[in-house]
Formats: sequence, structure tokens, C-alpha cells
Amino acid sequence: MDFVNDFDPRLPGDPEADSFPTAVKVLVAGGFGVGKTTFVGAVSEIAPLSTEELITQISVGTDDLSGVADKTTTTVAMDFGRITLGPEHVLYLFGTPGQHRFWFLWEELSHGALGAVVLADTRRLDQCFAAVDFFEGRGIQFVVAVNEFDGGHHYGPEEVRAALDLAPEIPVVLCDARQCASGTQVLLSLVAHLLSSPVLTSTPEPS
Amino acid sequence: MTVALPRRQRSPGPDAPWVDDVAGRLVRPYTVSRGRTRPTAHFDLMTMVRATGRRPAGLQGPDYDRVLGLCGRPVPVAEVAARVRLPAVVTKVLLADLVDCGALTARTPSAASAGPAPRTDRALLEAVLHGLRQRL
Ligand SMILES: Nc1nc2c(ncn2[C@@H]2O[C@H](COP(=O)(O)OP(=O)(O)O)[C@@H](O)[C@H]2O)c(=O)[nH]1
Ligand SMILES: [Mg+2]
Repeated sequence: MDFVNDFDPRLPGDPEADSFPTAVKVLVAGGFGVGKTTFVGAVSEIAPLSTEELITQISVGTDDLSGVADKTTTTVAMDFGRITLGPEHVLYLFGTPGQHRFWFLWEELSHGALGAVVLADTRRLDQCFAAVDFFEGRGIQFVVAVNEFDGGHHYGPEEVRAALDLAPEIPVVLCDARQCASGTQVLLSLVAHLLSSPVLTSTPEPS
Repeated sequence: MTVALPRRQRSPGPDAPWVDDVAGRLVRPYTVSRGRTRPTAHFDLMTMVRATGRRPAGLQGPDYDRVLGLCGRPVPVAEVAARVRLPAVVTKVLLADLVDCGALTARTPSAASAGPAPRTDRALLEAVLHGLRQRL
């Protein structure tokens, strides 16, 4: 019967819904030089990419946003990576600079994110404080991954946890940001942490 | 020699000011591409776009061609921006034009839009866990 061929199983109003995979994102944050770009590049299946955002910098002491005279526009680069998890799921990674002044970018980036990896370098642990503050303050789930550089003194995860004053359930793991398997273990520790979360529900209730 | 790690003080509230004493304040630009301003609020970096196969009637230019050439499969805004080496805000304008003329279709993943946080979705997390384990 001809009309059977006209049947379209896709939902009206969202005709393309089934042609997009489910995309999830994870943020990789931390101070300058801690290994964010290295981490994203190591775990990503594509060569590391850099996504740029324009930002407008307003001179110190200027409060009036309409005064164009004191503004300069610059760019900030974010590392971008992809991990295809299967035919229906793809994970995107965003490596973001850690300083307080980029928090407005994180507001967009963290929206809908599964969670975050905070990379820490024990030679300069204070560089990751801003990232921990941000995620902790917004209730975004995260793990701390200590990127072990050669020559750095080895601190155990519990020493790092104590110094960061982390809640006991937040995982602290050691990693080598240059190695795909090590970075993947960090991501697994994040997902395992999310799965252990008490707010987890199974399937959404029909409403 | 072992040096004691610096200790973080928990911040008093969730909203420390976005100020950097050295650099001054940073804000999003109001600007946009080629002197035009248009709302791009419906695109974020995770919005997925894909070519429909329809020709972009009325839109010409190498930037449009390059963008469209990247969208043969579903691809997020952030990846398009990175590959065409244009700032995300400019890329969003080009993508919006291409959506408007029917050459692209777009979808913001539910995981990246309003609604229950994806971390509350056990089936999704298990799929992610499974996918990651397979890469080891
Ligand atoms: N020895 C060692 N070097 C690393 C490691 N991770 C990153 N690096 C190096 O540290 C430097 C800064 O890393 P990068 O990823 O650019 O840091 P970012 O500023 O956080 O993006 C680069 O030269 C990396 O090659 C690591 O685990 N071990
Ligand atoms: Mg970097």
C-alpha cells in the first residue's frame, strides 16, 4: 500500500532528532601550564583543536560598558577534543583557562556539562584553587587529577585532598596527562563518581 | 626537600567577582561579524549542526562554504569554530544564517539545555562509562 511508504516514524516538530547523537561534555580546568592541552589531546580521537572566544577587556577603573573607548577585544582559546563512545553517544572535552577572570566563559561552558576534571600540579597547587572554587560553588561535580610532572615531589592524594579542603566524596586521582589510558581513567573516575551520586534517578518518570 | 602544599580557603560565597586586578574586567563582546549584530542566544558551543543537503540560497562567500563543508555529519559549534579558525561568536552568526536559509539543521543537546541535569540520568552515565571502558 502506497501510504505505508509515507509513514514517518520521526516526531513531528523535531524531524531531525534521531539523526543527532547524544552529546555530553566534560570540562578540563586548571592553571596555566598544568597540562590541560596535553590532557585533551591525549584522550581525544581527533588532533587537538582550539576554539576561540572573543572577549572584551575593559580597562581597570572603567565601569560604563557603553564607553567603547576603553575596551579592547582579544581572544581566549579553549582546547577542544572528541571521544566517540558509540553510535549514539559522543563526549566532547573543553579545556579552559583557570583564572578567575575567565569565569564568565565557564558559565556557558559548565551549563549542561556532565562534570569537570580539575588538573593540579603539586609544584603550584594554588593554581587550581579558582577552578575548585568555581565548581564547588556551583554544585558542579568534579574530580581532581594530579598531573605528575617529572622532578616534582610526590604527594599522595590524601595530602592533596587536605590542602584543597575537598569534601570526602570528591575523588582525587594521580595521572599522566600525556597518556591516553591515564586520562581515560580520570574520565572514568569522574563518571563513576557521578554514578555514585545520591541525586541519581533511573529513568525519568512519565509525566 | 618536602615543601608543605599551599592550602585553599573555601570561598565564602558562590559568586566571587569576575575581576582581575592586572587585566581589568572581561566581558563578552556585543559585537559580531562584519559589523552586523544578531542574537545568537539559541546557539551554544555544544549546539549540533548538520547539513540538510539544501543549497544555501542567497548566501555566498568562502566562509559559508567552509562552514557548510564541515557539516556533512553532526558537528558541534565549537568544532566548526575551531576548524574554520574563527571566533565562536562569529561562527555562530554564520551558522545562524545557514540555518535560516535551510542549509543546516541545528539541535542543542538536551544534555546542554534546560531541564534535569544530565548527571541525574543513570542510563546516559552508564553509556558513557561503557564507551570509555572500551577505549582502554
Ligand atoms: N613531564 C610531564 N610534562 C607534561 C605533562 N603534562 C604536560 N606536560 C608538559 O607541560 C607543558 C604544559 O602543558 P600544557 O598541556 O600546554 O598546559 P596547559 O597550559 O594547561 O594547556 C607542556 O610542555 C607539556 O608537554 C606530564 O604529565 N609530565
Ligand atoms: Mg593550554
